[in-house]
Parts: sequence; C-alpha cells; structure tokens
Amino acid sequence: MQPTDTHILPKFSEEALAVISRIIKRYPEGKQKSAILPVLHLAQAEFGGWLSPETMDYVATILNILPVEVYEVASFYSMFNLTPVGKCVIEVCRTGPCWLLGAEDIVNYLQDKLGIKVGETTADGMFTLKTVECLAACGTAPVIQLGEMYLENMDTKKVDKMLNDCRTNIKEPISHWSKKHIKKDPA
Amino acid sequence: MSKKVLLNNISVPGIETYDVYRANGGYKSVEKALKMKPDDIVEEIKKSGLRGRGGAGFPTGMKWSFIDKKTSNPHYLVCNADESEPGTFKDRYLMQNLPHLLIEGMIVSSFALDAHTSYIYIRGELLYVYHILEKAIAEAYKAGWLGKNIMGTGYDLDLYVHPGGGAYICGEETGLIESLEGKRGNPRMKPPFPAIQGLWMCPTVVNNVETLAAVVPIMNMGGEEYAKIGVGKSTGTKLISACGHINKPGVYEIELGLPVEEFIYSEEYCGGIKNGKKLKAVVAGGSSVPILPAELIITTAKGEKRLMSYESLADGGFATGTMLGSGGFIAMDETTSVVKNLWNFTRFYHHESCGQCSPCREGTGWMEKVLHKILDGHGTMADIDLLWDIQGKIEGRTICPLGDAAAWPVAAAIRHFRKEFEEYVQNPKSIKNVSYLSDLVEA
Repeated sequence: MQPTDTHILPKFSEEALAVISRIIKRYPEGKQKSAILPVLHLAQAEFGGWLSPETMDYVATILNILPVEVYEVASFYSMFNLTPVGKCVIEVCRTGPCWLLGAEDIVNYLQDKLGIKVGETTADGMFTLKTVECLAACGTAPVIQLGEMYLENMDTKKVDKMLNDCRTNIKEPISHWSKKHIKKDPA
Repeated sequence: MSKKVLLNNISVPGIETYDVYRANGGYKSVEKALKMKPDDIVEEIKKSGLRGRGGAGFPTGMKWSFIDKKTSNPHYLVCNADESEPGTFKDRYLMQNLPHLLIEGMIVSSFALDAHTSYIYIRGELLYVYHILEKAIAEAYKAGWLGKNIMGTGYDLDLYVHPGGGAYICGEETGLIESLEGKRGNPRMKPPFPAIQGLWMCPTVVNNVETLAAVVPIMNMGGEEYAKIGVGKSTGTKLISACGHINKPGVYEIELGLPVEEFIYSEEYCGGIKNGKKLKAVVAGGSSVPILPAELIITTAKGEKRLMSYESLADGGFATGTMLGSGGFIAMDETTSVVKNLWNFTRFYHHESCGQCSPCREGTGWMEKVLHKILDGHGTMADIDLLWDIQGKIEGRTICPLGDAAAWPVAAAIRHFRKEFEEYVQNPKSIKNVSYLSDLVEA
C-alpha cells in the first residue's frame, strides 16, 4: 500500500550514495559510524532540509548502526533540524561580536518583515528564522548563514535583497551541504 | 613590526591553487622534512618554542613527544579546525585562503608523529571551506604529496576532511575525538590523554590549524631562527582576529610582543575605535578570557606597556590580567553594556554546555537567568554576590575547560565592572533595549 501522507520515503540519489561510499572509506574498517555527521548533512541536503525519524532510520541502515545511535547524535548538534523547515533557513549569528554590531536589529527586522518569531516558519513554507551561535566571522559582523553561504556585514538593505533573491531564485530547499557539491564530487 | 611567516603570500593571486602555491615556495618544508628523522623534526619544533595556537598555549614539541611509541596501534594526527570561540575567525581565514599551507604543515607533522592517516575536523558551518580543502587535498594527492610512497621516500599518508555538526564543545580535544568517532561531543576524563589513548583508543595528537601551519615556516627557517621572532617564551607570530568596535576588523599576523596599544590604534592594525568613540573594555583572546577595562589592557597594573604575548597579557594573574587565548580580540566602545554583553556570552556557554557535569550544566543556566533578571530590572545586590558565588563553584569542577570558560568572564566582569551591575540594580531605568532579551531567552 502506498503511504497516504505526503512524506516521501527516503532514498539517497546515486550521486549522494557515491559520496557516502567514498566518505565511509576514510575510516578504519568497522569504524563506519564515524561517517555519521557527513552523512546526516547529506541527508538534510537530499531530504528537504530536515531529518525525519524515517530519514534517521534510513541513515542507520546505511551505516549499519542502531537508530538510537543516529537519534542521539542528530539531537546533539545544532545544525540538524528535527522538525520541518522552510526552503530557506535564515541563520542569524546572535553571539557577542555580532550582537555588539547590531545582530539584534537584524533579528527584529527579520521578525517584522517575515511576520514570524525566531524558530518559526512562514506560512508559505519559504523561510525559517533561526538564531545560531558564533559562526567564526566576527570581523564581518553581523553575519547570516544561508545554506552554505556566509552573508557578511549585514544591514536591513542587504536583508531585503537576500529575501528578494530567495523568493526569485530558490525553488527547492537549500541546505548547508550544497547540492552542487554532491553532483560535482572530486572523486 | 610586521614580520609575517604565515600570511606572507596571502595576497598572491591564485595562492589557493596548488600550482601557484608551489611556485611560491610551497611544499619545500616537506622535501626537507622527509629527509630527516622524525625525532629530529620534533626537536626542531621544541627549539622553535612553538605553543598551541588554539588557546591553551601548550608547547607543541612537548605535546608531540608524549605520543606513545611503544604501542603497535596506529598513530593519528587530527587538526582541530572547529573554530567556534566567539571573537575567533583566524583559522577560517587561513584555510579558505591558504588551504595548502595547512596541508603542507600536516604532512610534515604527520611524518614527525609517525601517523599514516590524518584528519582535519572542521566545524560543520564551514562546509564551504570543507569543499575548498577537499579540492586542495585532491590536488596534493595528484602532485604526489599525499598517498603511497610520497616523493619516493616510502612514507604513506592519507589526509581527510571531516565536518562537525555544530557544537562549540567539539573544539575541546577529547570532545572532538568523540565527535570524530561518530558520537555526541562529550569530553572524556583525562588521563588517559589522547597521546596515549585518543581516536579509536589509539595514540593521537590534536593540534589547532594555525599551530600546524606554523610548522611550515619553522621547518623552512629552522627552529632556532623561528625562536628569534617574538619575545621571551612567546616565540613566533600569532594570528589575531580583531573585531568589535574598531575601524579595521580583520585577521592580522603580528609578531608576538607587539604593544597592545599599537595593535588597537595604529593604522597598520585595528586603526582605532569606530566613530571616534573611546575604548571601554577588551576581551583579548576569545570570549572565555577575562575582560579587561581599557586602562588595564593598555598598561599592566605595574605600569608597564601591555604586550601581545602569552606572558604580558597574563601579567597580574586574573586580578589585573587576562590571556592571549585563541587571539580573538574583541574591542568594546564606551557605549557598550558590559552586563548585557556578559549575559550574551553566558547564554552562549549555557547553550553549548554538553550537559555531562552538573556544575556546568546547571551553573551556566543559573548564571544566565540571574543576569537576565538583572537586565529585566528586577535584580538585587544579593544577585551580584550570587553570580560571584556560582562562577566560583563551576571553575575547576568540570571534566573539560568549558566550565572555566563560562566562569571566567562572569568573574572578570564583576571584578572590573561591579559598579555597572550595581547601577542596573539601583536604577533599572538605566537599562536600555531589553526586548530582544525577553523574546529570545532560553527556557
């Protein structure tokens, strides 16, 4: 029987599977669990920007480990979204140096502009607003991470441009591990 | 003082590519090192006086000499590229502009440590740099600097990049090792130290990006020559990432021993304080180190010029001094609220505490809440003493240094800026802009 909800049962693309098999070989035999973080990044890139329980179970089968080993890792690291997110996850750095140079104005502006609070997703499913801790870009504060990109020296004008660019150009969810790197793997 | 040994070629167009890097003298240190005995390389590093550039400042040669040579287990070298200390962005700058410098340093270091597999653990947020490194590593394999029988010497080395998942704690070396094993980044009890039982319980050395990059100039010029740069036991150069209220934020390579005043005000470096304001305070080595008021960062309590060196910044102990730390230099102008900045940093440590040790897990959250109470205008004088009490009960009572890192900023802020806390308690109207705090305070 076909599943009745809209959730797509996970299956990595051939390109992603090739990247994964290359990554697993980096660790000694029997230590394939080490590949969990890169594989979770790839899973987030391939399956809509977040990790559903089904996706995590699937990752466990790929790495031949228990599902709970995936859950405990996915829930520890801040880059993994365990609930659905918008196509563009806007991650605003909120830590000291960015805050000194106006990160809170950026967050407030985004909240007003998008009509959502931090942690929420717009009704059209386009944007999720997150605050994150120090992104190691304090010299170009305030900083926003959007997918793999660092948007630096942000102000309200640049935020407007970012939102417009996203609305015009982004059709599929973007993630930290950009899909262009899955298609163009150096191996 | 603009001696550069790491970033001297950074403005050469295309230096991130193998051909340009090689044409500018790249990989010469590998040619030299592979003809030497590994122990002689370790000696050279000891002579150089190089100290860990990640924050702790531990002598690198000594760390290397601890590696267990009796075991039949493989040795591993792991580069700590989990740069997450607020105020620090030097490693990102180095890796994205000079990826081959790190790779070159890692080949020499791996050979010295008898490691045949090495990893660069890079924080996950920097996946774009991960791809830059992957490309550079592929180039190095192609040119014969990595892989089997490097340059016909019989030495084999594989080098891989490994992304993190977003966790400050993985910058702690045993947390990093746990994470590299595919687990939560909970730091381990020491001993055993990683040099005896590290990655997969095998002897492991974990070094910061800048430390491994510094191995290249040390090999090229010799340890003794390198030790002539700098001042006293602070040998060589250091990358300082300067940010906050300064005119020219960015990454600067300084010769250790540069006066702090020159670093802040000269055009060659920070170019003074933004908008003609006055300097109020500086966090000199990443958010964990004690904050110092302007007068104490420029001059020590003894009245001497404060220098950018491990010893001078620490002069006076925590009573009147601080630490060089990671080189994350955060300047704050006269309009900055030290209390609010402290709340921000404390929230950071609460968020990043791994939760293993009660003093850190509970204490960081408690301090965050007390600071939030003060900033919400409901503080009492007893709250200031309570903060002092809590930080003292975290420091030194946790498995890893995150507890200390969370406690020190609180202690230093109260030590040097107690009046500001008291003013907030006595006159809550003096507190401005707290809406953002209320919206985002963590449950």
